[in-house]
Amino acid sequence: MNSPSVDAPLVQSARRRGLSGPQKRQVRTFFLALGYLAPSLIIFLVFIFIPLVRTFWLSSYITDPIGRPAMFVGLMQYKKLFATPVFMNSLMRSLTFVLYTVPTTLLLALILASLANLRLRFISIFRIIFSLSIAVSGATASLMFMYLYHPSIGSINYLLELIGITPIPWLVSESSALPAVSLVSVWLQLGLNTVILLAAMQSIPDELYESAMIDGANGWSRFVHITLPFLSSTFFFLLIVDVLAAFQTFTPIHIMTSGGPLESTNLLVYSIYREFYFNGQYGFAAAQSIMLFLIMLGLTIFQFTVVERKVFYE
Amino acid sequence: MNQSHLLRKRLLAILAYAVMIIAALIVIYPIYSAVNISLLKDTEVAQYPPRLFPSSLNLANFTRALEQAPLPRYLLNSIIQSLLVMIGQLITASLAAYAFAFLNFKGRNFFFLVFMATMMIPWEATIIPNYLTIKQLGWTDTFQGLAVPFLATGFGTFLLRQFFLKIPRDLYDAAVMDGCSNFRFLTTIVVPLARPALGTLAVYSFLQTYNQYLWPLLITNDESMRTVQIGIALLQDEERLMFNTVLAGVVIILIPTFLLFIFSNRQLIRGLTAGAVKG
Repeated sequence: MNSPSVDAPLVQSARRRGLSGPQKRQVRTFFLALGYLAPSLIIFLVFIFIPLVRTFWLSSYITDPIGRPAMFVGLMQYKKLFATPVFMNSLMRSLTFVLYTVPTTLLLALILASLANLRLRFISIFRIIFSLSIAVSGATASLMFMYLYHPSIGSINYLLELIGITPIPWLVSESSALPAVSLVSVWLQLGLNTVILLAAMQSIPDELYESAMIDGANGWSRFVHITLPFLSSTFFFLLIVDVLAAFQTFTPIHIMTSGGPLESTNLLVYSIYREFYFNGQYGFAAAQSIMLFLIMLGLTIFQFTVVERKVFYE
Repeated sequence: MNQSHLLRKRLLAILAYAVMIIAALIVIYPIYSAVNISLLKDTEVAQYPPRLFPSSLNLANFTRALEQAPLPRYLLNSIIQSLLVMIGQLITASLAAYAFAFLNFKGRNFFFLVFMATMMIPWEATIIPNYLTIKQLGWTDTFQGLAVPFLATGFGTFLLRQFFLKIPRDLYDAAVMDGCSNFRFLTTIVVPLARPALGTLAVYSFLQTYNQYLWPLLITNDESMRTVQIGIALLQDEERLMFNTVLAGVVIILIPTFLLFIFSNRQLIRGLTAGAVKG
């Protein structure tokens, strides 16, 4: 690969305009830097920034079945979002999904990270097991759980029966399908959450615990008064990461339920996918993705302003 | 006193192990169950109560998964896609991170903000136009279509920049004094020093790409261009294949990522925790 070089004509024109030495160097460094940034910037421009604008633009059109804008309709698609049950249903399902998955994931990850933080022999084996789901894709996890949930030969119901719990219809019933998919999501996110919480726990200085022990604090009060406050910023970080991940869930829905039964698992991203890929409703789907984008942007800004500042001042 | 203390400590340790083993069994059960079913014979799959342990080391399902489904082809596609993205990201992110870490140029903060902003834009907000672009370019069912949109990374640039900033500035000044060009400094000094960070990015981007689902689902239709994740999900729909064969396929697909996970655990975890944990 060639080294990105200074754009010669521009430097010459700078010279002609009679720039001083340091100014010339500034111009040269700028174009040199631009050369280094260019490969990334081009990709970002073509596949992130321009498409973002195009999504906004598409959302104000009705398109033909292959996605070419046919008629400008202004905000009509957004009005349709709130007037038809498709979007409102998906939004409610997604919010419910967030409520099912995020607190569960955080709580279980806290338990696993606390266990993994114990100083015991073979602890590294347990750490690997607790974080293993990081390496598992949404598709393979979905397939594994589908067979666990299988109505006639799935082993979860069998094991539940052994301990006296009545079988659960899992993916088959309207009321249990969303919790069943949530469980897959929790399992998938658990590894990452545990690893990050564990890393945060390990960054707590030992002296804090030692002085607490001298003061006679027992294990539980050390956990409540030292560990938990120290983890608060990491918790906020994970909270946002998990909420965003929950809003973006697609793979388990596509593989396990296709949004059913009776739309009970038709989460936002699946709904977007169905609208443009199958129904050819590009404008309507674009409006849905803009709504999702705004929700996620709000959460991210909340994290950067409120949470980061709070952490900074701590 | 001393003895009872010791006894108490030992009991606590046993309790801790017991809790830990139960937790580990629950967490790993889905994977265990997949491996178990992948080893079952056809007659054992539909038995009730379900078999919780395989009766023998029956590998027939694995050969069946590799022969009846084009699994080797899917694997090859995924590995090519992941390598392309990985190499591309290493190059683009190294170049950009170098500019951010070593060059003093006007607008540096602005451009850095642009890079960080890419992390805040979720792919849902861009996927419809991107899908249309790929179709327009005629890139459906091609490796360009699978890889090019992911050749740059805001996160990776950030990761490398943090590492580059630790390289002493004096080293850079001395090299420039000796007439070393920026590109030579990057390739001969910075890259070798930054190997751990580059390793982290490499593992991270490979894993991310290998596990992708929605993008390859949208832009590949041809069986010969399908990636593993799509391929395995479609296998499940085919009625001629039994569960044990599908799950054997799942296990085969998981092997590369598990190996990567176990052998580069430290690098990967450093990447995942970057930015999450202060210090």
